[in-house]
Amino acid sequence: MSHPEEDLGELEELDAIVDVLVDSAPPGSHDQERRHSITSDEEDALSAAGAIAVLRRGLAATPELRQGVVLTLALAVATALGKLAVPILIQQILDRGVFGKDGYRPGFVAAACCGAAVGIIALYFISRATFLRLVRSAEASLLGLRVRTFHHIQRLSLADHVEQRRGALVARVTSDVETLAQFTEWGAVAWIVDTVLIVTTVAVMVVYSPPLAAVAVAVFLPLLPALGYLQRRQLAAYDELRTAVGGTLSEVSELVTGASVVQAYGLQRRTRRRLDRAARTQYKAQMGAAKWFAVMFPLSDFFGALALATVISVGALNGPAWGLDLGKLVAFVFLVNLLLGPIAELSEILDQTQTAIAGWRKILGVLATPIDVTEPENGITLPTGPLAVDFEDLRFTYRTGGEVLRGINLHLPAGAYVAVVGETGSGKTTIAKLLCRLADPTAGTLRVGGIDLRQVAPESRRSTVRMVPQDGFLFDTTIAENVRVGAPETSDAAIQSAFDSLGLGGWLEDVPGGLHAPVGERGGSLSVGERQLVALARAQLGNPGLLVLDEATSSVDPKTEQALSEALERLTAGRTVVNIAHRLSSAERADLVVVVDNGNVVETGTHAELVAAGGTYATLYSSWLGNTRVLRDD
Amino acid sequence: MRRGGALLWLSVRAQAGPFALAIVGATLFAVMAVVGTVVIGRITDKVIIPAFEEGGVSNRAVALAAAAVIGASLLRIVGVVLRRYFGQMAQRRMQMLWFKRVTDRYLAVPLSWFDDQPTGQLLAHADADCERSTIAMQPLPFSIGVLIIIIVSMTLLAFVDPVLLAVAVCLFPGLALINKAYTKRVEGPAAATQARVGDVSAVAHESFEGTLLVKTLGLEAREVARLKEKADQLRQERLIVGRLRAGFEPGLDALPSLGTIALLWLGAGRLASGAITTGQLVQAMVLFGILAFPFRIVGFLLEELPRAVVANDRVQQVLVAPKRLLPTTTVALPTGPLDVVLDAVSFTHGPDAVLRDVSARVAPGEVVALVGATGSGKSTLCSLIAHLIDPDAGSVLIGGVPLPETDPVEFHRTTALVFQESFLFSDSVRENLSLGDDIDDDVIFAALDIAKARSFVERLPHGLDEKLGERGVTLSGGQRQRLSLARALLRQPRVLLLDDATSAVDATVERAILDGLRHSVAATTVIVAHRISTIALADRVLMLDGGRITAEGTHHELLAQPSYAALVRAYEQAPL
Repeated sequence: MSHPEEDLGELEELDAIVDVLVDSAPPGSHDQERRHSITSDEEDALSAAGAIAVLRRGLAATPELRQGVVLTLALAVATALGKLAVPILIQQILDRGVFGKDGYRPGFVAAACCGAAVGIIALYFISRATFLRLVRSAEASLLGLRVRTFHHIQRLSLADHVEQRRGALVARVTSDVETLAQFTEWGAVAWIVDTVLIVTTVAVMVVYSPPLAAVAVAVFLPLLPALGYLQRRQLAAYDELRTAVGGTLSEVSELVTGASVVQAYGLQRRTRRRLDRAARTQYKAQMGAAKWFAVMFPLSDFFGALALATVISVGALNGPAWGLDLGKLVAFVFLVNLLLGPIAELSEILDQTQTAIAGWRKILGVLATPIDVTEPENGITLPTGPLAVDFEDLRFTYRTGGEVLRGINLHLPAGAYVAVVGETGSGKTTIAKLLCRLADPTAGTLRVGGIDLRQVAPESRRSTVRMVPQDGFLFDTTIAENVRVGAPETSDAAIQSAFDSLGLGGWLEDVPGGLHAPVGERGGSLSVGERQLVALARAQLGNPGLLVLDEATSSVDPKTEQALSEALERLTAGRTVVNIAHRLSSAERADLVVVVDNGNVVETGTHAELVAAGGTYATLYSSWLGNTRVLRDD
Repeated sequence: MRRGGALLWLSVRAQAGPFALAIVGATLFAVMAVVGTVVIGRITDKVIIPAFEEGGVSNRAVALAAAAVIGASLLRIVGVVLRRYFGQMAQRRMQMLWFKRVTDRYLAVPLSWFDDQPTGQLLAHADADCERSTIAMQPLPFSIGVLIIIIVSMTLLAFVDPVLLAVAVCLFPGLALINKAYTKRVEGPAAATQARVGDVSAVAHESFEGTLLVKTLGLEAREVARLKEKADQLRQERLIVGRLRAGFEPGLDALPSLGTIALLWLGAGRLASGAITTGQLVQAMVLFGILAFPFRIVGFLLEELPRAVVANDRVQQVLVAPKRLLPTTTVALPTGPLDVVLDAVSFTHGPDAVLRDVSARVAPGEVVALVGATGSGKSTLCSLIAHLIDPDAGSVLIGGVPLPETDPVEFHRTTALVFQESFLFSDSVRENLSLGDDIDDDVIFAALDIAKARSFVERLPHGLDEKLGERGVTLSGGQRQRLSLARALLRQPRVLLLDDATSAVDATVERAILDGLRHSVAATTVIVAHRISTIALADRVLMLDGGRITAEGTHHELLAQPSYAALVRAYEQAPL
């Protein structure tokens, strides 16, 4: 068994940070802040825009694609000529090489065949070259689009990272770009190539016999709407199938993630029933989709046969009167067949086109999201040493949520240890975010060291204001690299001494591999507490004048807990500290306690003053006392 | 390949009915496709050529020709529909069969089996792997049809003219070889492309997950560079695939065209010499048209087969997982409160001994708190008593009956374990509490009362019928724990195991819950505790350290012990 104690710790920590930053899967403890994160998953500025608008804006966002359109046209013409060569050759040979007025002309036949063969080979090389250039230009533009989108997402304020799910953001730069890649190299090419092929084939028909061409086109016309109808039904069936597969997956996922509950409560038969039901629904959906899939191709086959029968009948009965030759009529047989392929393909890529346009729309939506936090030109450098913090009528509202901070006025003296306490959803984590300028206040000003945070140069702000986040997120690399992050030139010795100065040298020695120990994905090889130790060392290295601590909500094992509180003590010495406190023991030792409730500061003072005042803080404190001390004291 | 064949044969036998219909369809289609070319050839000779001669062609001949073309098409359609529909049916039924076997095994394995299996993989085994195990079934009927097309048309060509047959024999195997060479060469880069997509996704994921760090430390440029590197690798991999495709795709159009040209050149001579008729030449050319594509279908089958085998190997790995042992004979539990006895119990997980020789007794109706540092074995002890795992040595008895001899159904009615990670199903509140049993609302509300969950459940827009989870409301950790607790209390268990089950509940609420428990539940209770208020509820405290019970007694008695006092001090630092 793994140690569930620790797992829960991770879950909760994660959960709490998730509330601050980004949304993720359930286990939640902060429903209030979570609400708005769920709402706007796929909503974006362009959701109402039609396909044409998406195309126009998309082309504007990726100018490299224009070149691709020209290349594709060239490719389309080459492909069409290659395909039309055969029926034209058949007509020429029959009418002029075999059954012409001169009878059999082997020389003409040889010349025509060689000419056609050379032509087809030449067109092959042209197609190859064009296609290659097309792939190159498409890939170049997609790379650009992907990087631009990623960069834009990185620059979005944290408020946007709350609003949209992380998975959705990842999808913007992965699967959405992938669908677009698929589309530019298959779907979009098919659109153009097929259209050109249809147009040129009909053109050849018209040259041979305008009335017979009209007959052939007339028979084919109903195929397009019929295929369109089938396509829509098929899409709907696939939608249903996707939902059904999702249903099956969530049943399996409940069986797997809830295995302990299933076994502890003996729910095997109930689970089996539910799984069977889901599997049957999925099977029905699969067969529903299969039905449309089964009739899709036959429909084209049937229309092809109908067109062939019509062309042959009409041609045979009226051919001589319409000035047709034997070869031309035979060529028609092949031309009719040539039309079938592109028509069927066009109906199939409708689906892909819709997905691609939807993906494109989402990407453009992200690109259209304004960047709230913009860095100043010629920003001011903050002084070194502890800094005072001033809030002036500070307000903050999430884009999709309500007001979180409702006018905060506060002076935090330089060098003070300040504990911010309050219930979940009171707005205290938002204060931490604003202090690091992860978002700008909606109204009011926030001054650090007397300077409006918006005027501060970004490099200065990043080194002077340091946040130690409670989840202790680490990159999947070594401990040393994770401390070095943000200051790439730091030597190993300096990192070691940062750990030593926090009294963590002993802990580091116990880690197999020491500084160069890999921490695993998200830092998973270390415990929650240990990850925080690494974060503390990183903060120590930065020597910040203002330290923002977002305290862990869950318990850490006693040994690490002790190392953690010792290291914190050393780290906080001589700096202004704003501690988003979850433990009243932190509040007890603070120089100033700020109690936040529903977006307002309701009390400030020392621990002793606030307990004596008998307000919100006193209530919180006595309930906490009841839980931890009463028994030991009596 | 032999294993692929075995897998296919097994699948075909399991779904013999629909599969046979699919083969009938494929055969019908194959035969009618070739017949279609004969029809065109005959029409050329009997209708088109006479039309341009003196006297023209009779209406009857024209009508017959049209009917023949459409009739052949209709029969082809019947063939395709049969093949596709029943082919799908065979495949999907087989998928359902694998799914049932895999999930049956998931239900039968011991809980510990799940420990080292990532959830994503377990889902993939039940979904993608089951589907892929059957993927080669789809092109199989068509492939059989293709073989028929090839045999029939080659025979037909042999009758028409040996020269035309020679062209076909040169062209089509060549086409098949080129196709095979292409799939072989594109396979590596295509797989690499998938891997690179994964790399890009991993960077994006990590980067967005660490947004706080990225932003506070100004790492945007570094992150963009990291993504760009991976995205560029992906682009280069795609270009390799693109280059191969650029050579292959147009070639696939060009080669049959060249074949047709060769056919025309030679055919014109044969036609002029009277060796063949115009219709036969036309028929041969149409035949070339329908022969070009099917070779790819056989290619698909050969491509899918190894993938199906690999996927099925993963399925088989699940199917050989050991099952939980079920009792052969069962002993009924006594009525009334039950005691719990641990008799020299040891449990090892991987290389580590989690519990060593633990003996203890919890008297009927007694409330015992388990305390100890992280990893001391508290949760394992709970799981042992709940019979989720079996000890490596020693035994656990409840009401005097060793757990392996209890009747599973009776045991589940008697004991309830509430976990610290409270798992709720994506279903209604009611379903989460009743777990499918028919339970009165009164009983449900009584349990919700004790768990202090009633007020928030009543505030939900749909009350007990509110959907939870993915498509429903999201509850806080504390609310989830309270529901889990209510779920356990609802069953009026005689043995109640609370594994830190109120850790996410506010301190004041926790107190109320524990008071409620004390007054209204008479079960023999084991509580894993991290808070002193929880410990206070207990009649007795067992302290675990390194897998052994190191202290035992009331809270006050134990405070005299330095190790216990230290532990309690650590708890005091615990968060609110």
